[in-house]
Amino acid sequence: MNASGRTDATLPGSGMSLRRLFDRYALLLVWIATIALFGALEPTTFLRAANFTSMFSSQAVLVVLTYALLVSLTAGEYDLSAAPVLTLSAMVLAILNTQLGVPIGIAILVALLASGLTGVVNGILVVWVGIDSIIVTLGTGTLVSGIVLWISNSEMVSGISQILVNWVIVPRLWGLSFGFVYALILTIALWYVLDYTPLGLKLLFVGRGRRVARLSGLNVGRLRFGALVTCSLLAGFSGVLYAGTSGAADPSSGDSFMLPAFAAAFLGSTAVRPGRFNAWGSFTAVYFLVTGITGLSLMGIQIFIQDLFYGAALIIGVTLSLLVRRREQRERDVAEVTEA
Amino acid sequence: MSATIAAAPPVLRLRHLSKQFGGTRALDGVGLDVEGGTVHGLLGHNGSGKSTLIRILAGYHAPESGGEMERDGVAVRLPLRPGQFRELGMAFVHQDPGLLPALSVTENLRIGALARGALGRVSWKREADAVAALLAEFGIDCDPNARVEWLRPWQRPLLAIVRAVDEVRRLTVAGTARSGLLVLDEPTAGLGDTSVERLFAVIERVKATGFGVLFVSHDLDEVLAITDEVTVLRDGRVAGTGRTSALAKDALVEMIIGHRIERRVSDAANASTKASMVSVRGLRGPGVRDIDFDISRGEILGMTGLIGSGFAEVGALVSGALRAHTGTLQIAETARALPGLTARSAIDAGIAYVPADRLRAGCVGELTVAENIGLPVLDRLVRHGVLAPGRVADHTGALCRRFDVRPPDPSLPLEALSGGNQQKALLAKWLQLSPSLLVLEEPTQGVDVGAREQIFAAIRAWATHGAAVLCLSGDHEQLALMCQRVLILRHGRIVAALNGADITEERMAHECFGAH
Repeated sequence: MNASGRTDATLPGSGMSLRRLFDRYALLLVWIATIALFGALEPTTFLRAANFTSMFSSQAVLVVLTYALLVSLTAGEYDLSAAPVLTLSAMVLAILNTQLGVPIGIAILVALLASGLTGVVNGILVVWVGIDSIIVTLGTGTLVSGIVLWISNSEMVSGISQILVNWVIVPRLWGLSFGFVYALILTIALWYVLDYTPLGLKLLFVGRGRRVARLSGLNVGRLRFGALVTCSLLAGFSGVLYAGTSGAADPSSGDSFMLPAFAAAFLGSTAVRPGRFNAWGSFTAVYFLVTGITGLSLMGIQIFIQDLFYGAALIIGVTLSLLVRRREQRERDVAEVTEA
Repeated sequence: MSATIAAAPPVLRLRHLSKQFGGTRALDGVGLDVEGGTVHGLLGHNGSGKSTLIRILAGYHAPESGGEMERDGVAVRLPLRPGQFRELGMAFVHQDPGLLPALSVTENLRIGALARGALGRVSWKREADAVAALLAEFGIDCDPNARVEWLRPWQRPLLAIVRAVDEVRRLTVAGTARSGLLVLDEPTAGLGDTSVERLFAVIERVKATGFGVLFVSHDLDEVLAITDEVTVLRDGRVAGTGRTSALAKDALVEMIIGHRIERRVSDAANASTKASMVSVRGLRGPGVRDIDFDISRGEILGMTGLIGSGFAEVGALVSGALRAHTGTLQIAETARALPGLTARSAIDAGIAYVPADRLRAGCVGELTVAENIGLPVLDRLVRHGVLAPGRVADHTGALCRRFDVRPPDPSLPLEALSGGNQQKALLAKWLQLSPSLLVLEEPTQGVDVGAREQIFAAIRAWATHGAAVLCLSGDHEQLALMCQRVLILRHGRIVAALNGADITEERMAHECFGAH
């Protein structure tokens, strides 16, 4: 380590900033290209306004769950219990509302409390006991799934209050539902918190360099704990939206959201602010993925395409974000003198 | 030394080894001979070229053309391939013994050479017997079935040595009557005195089997105690070589540090008599004991020692990065108990800590200069609930200009800057908090010469501004240039204090090695 010397990095030329601009909006361009592609292939079904409003409206659950992961990933923690918490929240709400006759407002509150409680348990185990978050949330997630099966007798619970359904899925604005509006509001809120508040930057430092953050005076434990609890609360909120979207809860509702949410989070981290988990990137990623799947299913391609598409997207997303970072590093290393 | 009358050629002969890294000549025409059945010491400061030499032997680095190597009198083509040292009957034991703690002694020692019986079954009984015989041969008393994590820490390097010797023997059974070569790279780091003696006893037995041992160390006493011959490297060249018994300790120190370099700054005398501003009493923690010191307003206090002497821990201990067992810290009128100090409370108390490990503890390289500098003051930069990027850029941009961080573009990732500019940015990060006590660890490590002067100037300016500065460094030239007083640690204790004109590289080296 001694006697190493990096020469001053030369300022990147203007060609570099053009490419940086391309990096930022490449995913958006790919999304537009996907729309154009399916528009050309299936002009009559794909390009209808109704198709788009339904795509936007139906994916609010996924958007919100992705944001839940975004918060924990920014703080450097993986939360594999987010999808089971979605199920738990929807199921608690459904059982309270339909079987016990609890008013919908209180049912929502209890569902969110149950979600937050999972986050608290995660936080205690990860931060205070010091277990790796992947292991902890794999455990709590499975535990939560077990509780869901238990309280629901492994059956679907339907008949949730029409009030909630009205407030989530029924089209209101230019054919868009309130669910989409909530997702949009949350996008703006998360964008603001992550990019324009000290909290966002502190979370980022905690995730990227825990030691640096601690030595800079941040309360690292509290930030990680807060991130895990926030993640679970947002996952719980996505469960409420799920219950409102389908008017019912089934014991495996969260399962199909887990991978898409991770795929969207990682794919999103290659766009808008490349190298960072960010709200608008993930927003774009969710809708890019949904567009692809909708288009393919309109073309009559079978259901397995969903798994293929999401699985590939996750791998490609992570690979791309790594490659972008490596390329930036390599460019800097060109001028660097070998270390002794 | 290179007497040709002896029947056996040296186990290892190196000639004209050179290695250039960028503008630095890490090795310059180095040669040495290791005879069979002897221990040859390779001595030198950090950066003297010891590690480069070992890495060439291990096949990590390719030497410049012109280098020659002979193993047992047979010429070997350089550069070596990575791993080729095994075929050549050589083995390395590094500071980290490289044992798997959860496995047993037998498993660790035989992992590369399990004899398989019928159906590929491993006979653990036979393996354990083989290991027990091996341990007995080298006089190591430990149960082959014990897990390595249950052993005493000092037993681990012994096992690593035995494993290395065993490996060499197994690979050379094939008939070539070569004697092995064992390279020990700072094997005693972190061991207590009695443990070092046990290690030496094992080395004696290795030597008795006809092995040549290359013992790499910066610890003079150990080299004097165990080696038969010694070669001293300084600035990549052989500064001296000879039979250990014929060399006086002072002569060796002279070889290690070279000739005294004149002190260029002499503003020492005027600051020493002022009342103390910071005082530490009874500090005890990982690696250090009974540490007391005072720093007066405007003073730059240096602290140094050999690796493992504990000086490097003091900075982390007084700034809440490492938990102290006992001790108090007083700044101006307020005294605090050191064991309860956290990084947060240290910052609130006016302590700034710039750690040596820049990219792991100092900053996050992939984040921008603005973000790294702004981190401790984010809350101050908020207006109407918004952390406006423009505000952060203005604030950090001004700091970049003040500390001459180049290029002065705070939106660049910090890792895009040179080492010197990274360090300037980190000084900016901490000095914006106006600390009363500035703790610096190796402040000019990996820093180019130009930036070095600027960093010195910034530190001096801050001291003159009325702060106390504690500078921990193994770089004696740097301490001689910067400090009005230097404390020297050995085995976790302060053993000497140098003032004013006594602060020379030579005196510091003498005190560090404990030689007079």
